[in-house]
Amino acid sequence: MASTIRVRATANGDITEVQALIQHPMDSGFVKDSKGELIPAHFIQELKFEYNGKDVFVADWGPAVSKDPYVKFSFKGAKKGDDLKISWTDNKGASDTTTAKIS
Amino acid sequence: MTTTTGPHPTRRLILQGAASVALLGLGNLPFGATPARAAANDKYPEAAFRQKSEADAIKALYGKTAEPSDKVKLDAPEIAENGGVVPISVATTLDKVTSISFFVAENPNALAASYKIPEGTIPSVANRLKMAKTTNVIAIVEADGKLYSATKEVKVTVGGCGG
Repeated sequence: MASTIRVRATANGDITEVQALIQHPMDSGFVKDSKGELIPAHFIQELKFEYNGKDVFVADWGPAVSKDPYVKFSFKGAKKGDDLKISWTDNKGASDTTTAKIS
Repeated sequence: MTTTTGPHPTRRLILQGAASVALLGLGNLPFGATPARAAANDKYPEAAFRQKSEADAIKALYGKTAEPSDKVKLDAPEIAENGGVVPISVATTLDKVTSISFFVAENPNALAASYKIPEGTIPSVANRLKMAKTTNVIAIVEADGKLYSATKEVKVTVGGCGG
C-alpha cells in the first residue's frame, strides 16, 4: 500500500522547511453516519519527525485536527540529500512510517 | 484569559485535585495524570485533550496560566466557510520556545493540537483544525518556562464537529 504520508522537505541555507500531508479520516467521535449512528473517534495522536536520530518536531493531536491533516514547520541544521523520518500513531494503535529525502 | 475553573468542573478534575492532596488515597489515575509539565515529556497528554474548556485544558497541559503577548502572532481567517478545515498558524519572536499549542474555545474539547519544539526548530507552526462554531482560537507558546497567548475570533458559517 502506498504510504499515507506525503512530505516535502526543502533545505534553504541552514533552514529546512517541512510540509506534510497525511491521509487519515480523523473522525472526531461526534459525527453520525447515514444510519444516524455515531462514527467512533479515530484520529492520529502522535506525529513525529526525526532527523539524525533526534526528534525535530513532535505533534500531539486530538480529534479536532482536520481530516487528512496538514502541518508545516521548519528546523535548522539539515542539508540537501539528508533523510527525514516521519511516523504517526493513531488512537486505535495503527501507525505508518516513511523516510523523505531533503531536497 | 481567566484563571478560574468553570462552574462545572469535570469529575476527572475533581479526582485529580483529590488525588494530589492525597485525601482519598486514590493513587495514580489510569493515565498517570500529572498536569504540570505534561507538554514537556514524551507522553500523549490524554487528560488535557479530554478537558472541555480551554482554561481547564491549559491547566491540564501545562499546570499554569498564560499571559497575552503581542510576540505571539496567530494567523487565522476572519471567516471560515467550512469549519471542518480552518487553516491556522502561529509564529513567535520569543526565545527558548519549547512548545506551541492550539485551543478552540467552544469545541467539545478545547485542546486541538500541541507541538513540541526542540532546540533548533523554528517556533512557527501551520496546521488545519476543525471548529464547531464561531468562537475564539487560542494559541499558547511556552517559552523559557512561561506561557504566552494570542487569541482570535473566527466566524464559522458551517460547523465542522457535529453531524
